[in-house]
Amino acid sequence: MKAFAALLDRLVYTPSRNAKLRLLADYFRRTPDPDRGWALAALTGSLDFPNAKAGAIRELAREQTDEVLFALSYDYVGDLAETTALLWQTQGDAEAPGLADVVETLRQAGRTEVRGLVSGWLDGLDATGRWALLKLITGGLRIGVSARLARVALGQAFDTAVEEIEEIWHAVDPPYGALFAWLAGDGDKPDVAGRPTFRPFMLAHPLEERTDLDPADWLVEWKWDGIRVQLAARGGERRLYSRTGDDISAAFPDVLAAMDFDGVLDGELLVRDTADPASADPAAFNALQQRLNRKTVSKKMLAGHPAYVVAYDILFDGAADLRGLPLEQRRRRLEAFVAGHGHPDIELSALLDAPDWESVAALQAEARRLGREGLMLKRRDSRYEPGRKTGLWFKWKRDPLTADAVLMYAQRGHGKRSSFYSDYTFGVWRGGELVPVGKAYFGFTDAELAQLDKWVRNHTVNRFGPVREVEKRLVFEVAFDSIHASSRHKSGLAMRFPRIGRIRWDKPAEEADRIEALEAML
Amino acid sequence: MAGLRPEDWLKATERGLWCAPADLYIDPVRAVERAVVTHGHADHARPGNGRVLATPETLAIMRARYGDAAARQAQPLAYGETLDLGAVTVRLVPAGHVLGSAQVVLEHAGQRIVVSGDYKRRRDPTCPAFEPVACDVFVTEATFALPVFRHPDDAGEIASLLASVALFPERAHLVGAYGLGKAQRTIRLIREAGWDRPLYLHGALQALCDLYEAHGIDLGPLEPAAGRDRAAFAGEIVLAPPGSLSDRWSRRLPDPVTAMASGWMRVRQRAKQRGVELPLIISDHADWDELTATLQEVGAPEVWVTHGREEALVHWAAGRGIRARALSLIGREDEDD
Ligand SMILES: [Zn+2]
Ligand SMILES: [Zn+2]
Repeated sequence: MKAFAALLDRLVYTPSRNAKLRLLADYFRRTPDPDRGWALAALTGSLDFPNAKAGAIRELAREQTDEVLFALSYDYVGDLAETTALLWQTQGDAEAPGLADVVETLRQAGRTEVRGLVSGWLDGLDATGRWALLKLITGGLRIGVSARLARVALGQAFDTAVEEIEEIWHAVDPPYGALFAWLAGDGDKPDVAGRPTFRPFMLAHPLEERTDLDPADWLVEWKWDGIRVQLAARGGERRLYSRTGDDISAAFPDVLAAMDFDGVLDGELLVRDTADPASADPAAFNALQQRLNRKTVSKKMLAGHPAYVVAYDILFDGAADLRGLPLEQRRRRLEAFVAGHGHPDIELSALLDAPDWESVAALQAEARRLGREGLMLKRRDSRYEPGRKTGLWFKWKRDPLTADAVLMYAQRGHGKRSSFYSDYTFGVWRGGELVPVGKAYFGFTDAELAQLDKWVRNHTVNRFGPVREVEKRLVFEVAFDSIHASSRHKSGLAMRFPRIGRIRWDKPAEEADRIEALEAML
Repeated sequence: MAGLRPEDWLKATERGLWCAPADLYIDPVRAVERAVVTHGHADHARPGNGRVLATPETLAIMRARYGDAAARQAQPLAYGETLDLGAVTVRLVPAGHVLGSAQVVLEHAGQRIVVSGDYKRRRDPTCPAFEPVACDVFVTEATFALPVFRHPDDAGEIASLLASVALFPERAHLVGAYGLGKAQRTIRLIREAGWDRPLYLHGALQALCDLYEAHGIDLGPLEPAAGRDRAAFAGEIVLAPPGSLSDRWSRRLPDPVTAMASGWMRVRQRAKQRGVELPLIISDHADWDELTATLQEVGAPEVWVTHGREEALVHWAAGRGIRARALSLIGREDEDD
């Protein structure tokens, strides 16, 4: 538990992705089984202790001190698990529990046993250990580590490509003895045949401008404005995976119901436009967002925002692995597969007719009006290879929207940027007042960052911890992919993928955009 | 003098605690004619006073900081010596806070009041340990007076710093430490953990490190951080005042791991606000257990609380039959240690 607690403690404060990977990889290499396996399960959100609840912790915390001191302490610290960990008065000299003991015992424990168990463990730990224990058992570590990052770290720890780990990830179970044995060279690669496991996606490079590609060598299709998914059905099990390899099946029972097949497809998850049932086009991305990040989904949600998939590619047909075939052949297999399967909620992504560059460019120019994210160009002879391989697939996104906005607040960055004011909040005019419409922290060069940092320091009017309010005089040309209504922002608007396009040192703030101009882009 | 109450001869005024029969202010926040200064931290030792009574170490620190403005007339009083000021006797006793830090023991008309200044109870290799003095009134600080503050063993904190240096050998480790006391104690602790390489200093720390060395505290090889090649800091430990951590000064270091040595690092929210990547919980103030143990040890039936989280300590004392009240002195801040 001590090593796990030290890891969590360090991760909480570490902003940089690379440093997080180092900490995780170091832990996975040094820690014995099964502790490291349980840690991996905790980090990837694969652990659940239904009988351990926050209420029990609150009761334990209250017994540590009188009500006044508890209230003052909680008020000061602001987090219940942390307050409890710090207030805890150790009784006797209990031994520190191991991570595996804690997890294995707690999984079996009944509701009435949890309190006594937790209390005994807390006695054996120091403040950091107690904090980690309480975070672990109440779920939601919230330490800025995604399941995907944990798997990347695992790959780094054992010099193994993360794609290889992802292929078997959904076929192995905590505490992952077989997985670690294989990674450490002491065992065979776990067998995933017959399981609907995740297969790493093939990804595209951005195509910024026309190149000397010969259109005859390429298949062109829309890049739909949804989220990329993988549909895996095997041995009677069905799974829907996101691009990061997370299992999102529970949120999409409608898609799962349509997967009455045996195979693996690559496609785009979209939502039907219920406001316009006659339209063949999907609803805007905003509608799909309503359905994301949910553990369960209501009937109302299913009816109001029904999901479906546009299929791009086929990876497996039954047990047959098609990834080694050229795209053109896979495409024929996909057409036959989708036709033979015949479910209306799995559509085929249409191939676009683009015999020359002029027609490709014309399609790209149409993308925004049609609500597409852009174009995909894929070499006809490309095999399906994991990751981003040069020269095989390209995405050509629609041109961004832009607006001129005024810098309002600047915040210090993290890690290498911690001495720079590098995160910018900007706004546009509503009447005579500026309202914030977005935040961006990239889109500028290092030299520009140094200039901006200096400008911020010289034009500060107010300081709030790491944030400075600045004079409202510097204009940014902000580029963003789209804008949508949002009740969480004062302006009522939220930008998708905003970045600083240009710094308009020359432009007076009064000439920045008005909110009406942005509303017109909705 | 039957009926004399302690508050009749030691009063909280807007200039600070004032001992009326000796016309003596303790750690005055504004210039006065006669002052006794518990220790050299800026919210206790201020320039511009007339006659200043303090330990020789504290006077040396004030001189280093304020030059001639430290006092019109410095009056050194070593630990344990007594001085009669009319009807009042004054004695200074180690407080264990920083070099030269003292509790002020005042005796008048058969009553004894001890003003702790800032103090801690655990070992500090850079100053003598706190000595409890039985008294009628104990005037205590309360910087960390909440039961969530139980400082861990400082050797463990240094071990985590050195473990981090081993894990990130290509990065510098930048440790924020208050210039008086915390910096020198942290350096000593790093030495005790076996690190004998040079430590690199922000310019603002140099003078007080020299002063500690002149008082016989061996800090090992120290080098200025200025004027050194960026790459040369890889794998090294650099110390700077807390205010410089995320300032432009830190850009001279290669992707530094920002650490900070402070009791505040116990609370995650506080550490995160400071942008700290490696919190080191090292405090020069008593934690909750030290405060409550000290109150029991000095056995004073009455306790006055000067600055910090007074409410919790007053509540605790009241529950044990100790008459306790907050003085709410102005001009005292939470120190960065
Ligand atoms: Zn102090
Ligand atoms: Zn103080």
